[in-house]
Amino acid sequence: MKPAPFEYHAARSAAEAVEVLARHGDAAKVLAGGQSLVPMLNFRLARPGVLVDINGAADLDYLREADGVLAVGALVRQRKLERWAADRAPLIAEALRLVGHVAIRNRGTAVGNLAHGDPASELPALLLCLDGAVVARRVGGERLIAAAELYLAPLTTSLAADEILAEARFTLPPAGAGWGFAEVARRHGDFALAGCAALLWLDGQGRIAGARLGFFGVGSTPVRGSAGEGLLLGLEPTPARLREAAQAARGGAVPRRGSARDGRLSPAGRGVLAERTLIAALERCGSRP
Amino acid sequence: MKQAVRLVVNGQPRAGAAEARTSLADFLRDDLDLTGTHVGCEHGVCGACTVLLEGEPVRACLMLAVQAEGRSVMTIEGLAGADSGFPGSRLERGGGRRRASPNPAGIHGQTRAAVWFCTPGIVLTAEAFLRDTPSPSHEEIREMLAGNLCRCTGYHFIVEAIAEAARVMRRAQ
Repeated sequence: MKPAPFEYHAARSAAEAVEVLARHGDAAKVLAGGQSLVPMLNFRLARPGVLVDINGAADLDYLREADGVLAVGALVRQRKLERWAADRAPLIAEALRLVGHVAIRNRGTAVGNLAHGDPASELPALLLCLDGAVVARRVGGERLIAAAELYLAPLTTSLAADEILAEARFTLPPAGAGWGFAEVARRHGDFALAGCAALLWLDGQGRIAGARLGFFGVGSTPVRGSAGEGLLLGLEPTPARLREAAQAARGGAVPRRGSARDGRLSPAGRGVLAERTLIAALERCGSRP
Repeated sequence: MKQAVRLVVNGQPRAGAAEARTSLADFLRDDLDLTGTHVGCEHGVCGACTVLLEGEPVRACLMLAVQAEGRSVMTIEGLAGADSGFPGSRLERGGGRRRASPNPAGIHGQTRAAVWFCTPGIVLTAEAFLRDTPSPSHEEIREMLAGNLCRCTGYHFIVEAIAEAARVMRRAQ
């Protein structure tokens, strides 16, 4: 199908974009890479009266790393972030490799993916796992929204109608941290049935100094595996402890109705995913004595 | 209301007019008469409409024509050399500008495609892929192909055709 008619604004800056949003509020949608929004327009699942295209807003196209935080502007394509992260943040690169296909990532933006808020998408769970936050900008100001406060329901965020998601901030893992990433999908690049991201780092004695788990495809929002993380701190990483933590973390995820038979992963399956990512993270820990 | 769209397609400056809601794929087909860009699913899954934007593959069904203003686009017609006829590509020509391969059947014969609907998207995706990855493993080729649906072949022969094209291109250099 073809989109319903809409009024089109090509914003040349973030300031211009939020001005248009302030005028139109609920009637307007922001168009970044368009890899989620345009399919919805084509099927007329979304019929916004106004589209605010930010592809010409060059001030939103930046990647900055400072004090262990990576700031990603709203116009950074997923492919660009993937290439940037390949050497510096392999967990981010691996997660992005599984987002759609190259042709999708060449156009799709990392921040647009976060703003879309699909609970089966890799990046929102990654933002949670990396203690991330986003910058929401409106006319006259901006506010920081922690990843845990961003997602309310499927495709629903705490962003107001007159705000754009201008920037995402990922806290980069400490040096020597190991990472794991796993998902179950029918085909490479398809939406995942479920997946998990893990980070683990050790202290000088080989005990666990930090652990992070983020799930996607397990509920109506991405879910942090806090219950499992807490079980590991200060302890030596043993296979039994990683398994116990994975089981506890999976319990923190809101179960969805249905079973693996209708294309969803069972809680047991999620536990296995979490355990695999924790084991992979441990194997990659650089400071392991 | 239509607005003017000026862009470079296959190396030639082109101009037309499009409603804001018109996709780049429909604009290429209906206004510029470049019907080699195929429209399949219209939501980015099938890959048939893939074109190169500034040399990188993108879905033409997920871009608005007005977003291509001032940009450079390559379609399958742009890969068809004057000597080889449509459809041409590095795959068909066997690398380089001239046919280096004694097998002029190229990807068409090698892929054993039946209806050809998916092929322009696959050839353009492969064009960019082989430029960046001149010696791909079969695994890498399969990952690349995951973004393009083919309902005829089961993919095996397409993987073989791309691997062969990579070999021919390496030899030609």
